[in-house]
Amino acid sequence: MEYLIGIQGPDFVLVAADTVAASSIIQMKHDYDKMFKLSEKILLLCVGEAGDTVQFAEYIQKNVQLYKMRNGYELSPDAAANFTRKNLADYLRSRTPYHVNLLLAGYDDHDGPALYYMDYLSSLAKAPFAAHGYGAFLTLSILDRYYKPDESVEFILNLPAFNVRLIDKHGIKDLEKLPLATTSTS
Amino acid sequence: MALLDICRHQDWKAILTPFGAQKFSVSCGSEVTCDEFKVPVGVDPSKFMNTFSEKDGKLKLQFNHGTTTLAFKFQHGVIVAVDSRCTAGKYIDTQYFKKVIEINPYLLGTMSGSAADCVYWERVLAQHCRIYKLRNKEQITVSAASKLLSNMLAGYRGMGLSIGSMICGWDKKGPGLYYVDENGTRLSGNMFSTGSGHSYAYGVMDSGHRYDLTIPEAYDLAQRAIYHATHRDAYSGGTVNMYHVKQDGWIKVSQEDVGELYQKYLKERK
Repeated sequence: MEYLIGIQGPDFVLVAADTVAASSIIQMKHDYDKMFKLSEKILLLCVGEAGDTVQFAEYIQKNVQLYKMRNGYELSPDAAANFTRKNLADYLRSRTPYHVNLLLAGYDDHDGPALYYMDYLSSLAKAPFAAHGYGAFLTLSILDRYYKPDESVEFILNLPAFNVRLIDKHGIKDLEKLPLATTSTS
Repeated sequence: MALLDICRHQDWKAILTPFGAQKFSVSCGSEVTCDEFKVPVGVDPSKFMNTFSEKDGKLKLQFNHGTTTLAFKFQHGVIVAVDSRCTAGKYIDTQYFKKVIEINPYLLGTMSGSAADCVYWERVLAQHCRIYKLRNKEQITVSAASKLLSNMLAGYRGMGLSIGSMICGWDKKGPGLYYVDENGTRLSGNMFSTGSGHSYAYGVMDSGHRYDLTIPEAYDLAQRAIYHATHRDAYSGGTVNMYHVKQDGWIKVSQEDVGELYQKYLKERK
């Protein structure tokens, strides 16, 4: 089952997704990237039904880029999240709803880091940490227990089958090979 | 001529449809082809399909689904191998069906799922590839061709299309292999297999695959993988059609009956 996780720190957002693209019992790809770069400081993580994920995520991605082309400046993470939710909601009661679960992570130069949780019923919640998939049942309680908003805590997933990225004021950084669970207080 | 008809600007909207038939217009990613399928008044394609696919319904249509197809990349290009059995439920339509469509001398498309859907949509893809070449004076990339097919199929989401296809070719970026299916999945990779016998083919192909296979070894691997799938899967069989995509285009390597392959491998064991 596909897994996404996002954790917001004081001046960054850390996101990770598994890299498996499976079709029933067969792993079709083991290096599949589930993160879509909406802009220099916004990532959209997308899992769900087979074709819907890419189609919906690319649609949002292109529209966010179009906004920048038309207006000369980028959408903020908050605006991008609400735009995404509106599209999900509009399609929800149509003939072709998109069955996708999303995490939107971004860094706004004025408001700082932000993490938004969205699901296929087009709910939207800004959260300090969030996860999708069966793995969420296990990790949410860990985060509930140990998460502190002010600490510069880095929860790292060391499994080779994860794509990990960090968003801060400098942009999006790939963090794939990191050592196990280091916690550091700021 | 067919190509001229497509390229000419058309005023279809001015034509009144007979008997007030509804037009279900779905765009397929290009303004060139007229993709409006006329449907009788009040019919929704998805609901229409549902009546035929209900499990205990009296009208259950049995589509041609059985197949094994595979393709893998290696140092000398892409090998594509398919079986050739076409079934409708438990009846074998033919043992000699062509499941590889030759889009152009550099691009191949495989078919699994519903025979009619595959044949039609891959031919539409071939049309688009040809028009791309005429407009841009260069070959379409495998990535772009697979994206075209994927977007066409995404427009028909939920309407009962059944297509599991691999687009294989060699373009300016090197050898290319994409898996496209009716859900809208589009994956680039080094090795794929589709159809009812895909798991059997994966078993043999995964075990024997290396990037540095020699050409005869690669031919042998592909043939064996399809053969083993046809042996175990009732809906695959007939002959093994094998193609090799090289830098200067594809070649058809062989067409061998699986019965004869069985005898050949049996002798090797002894």
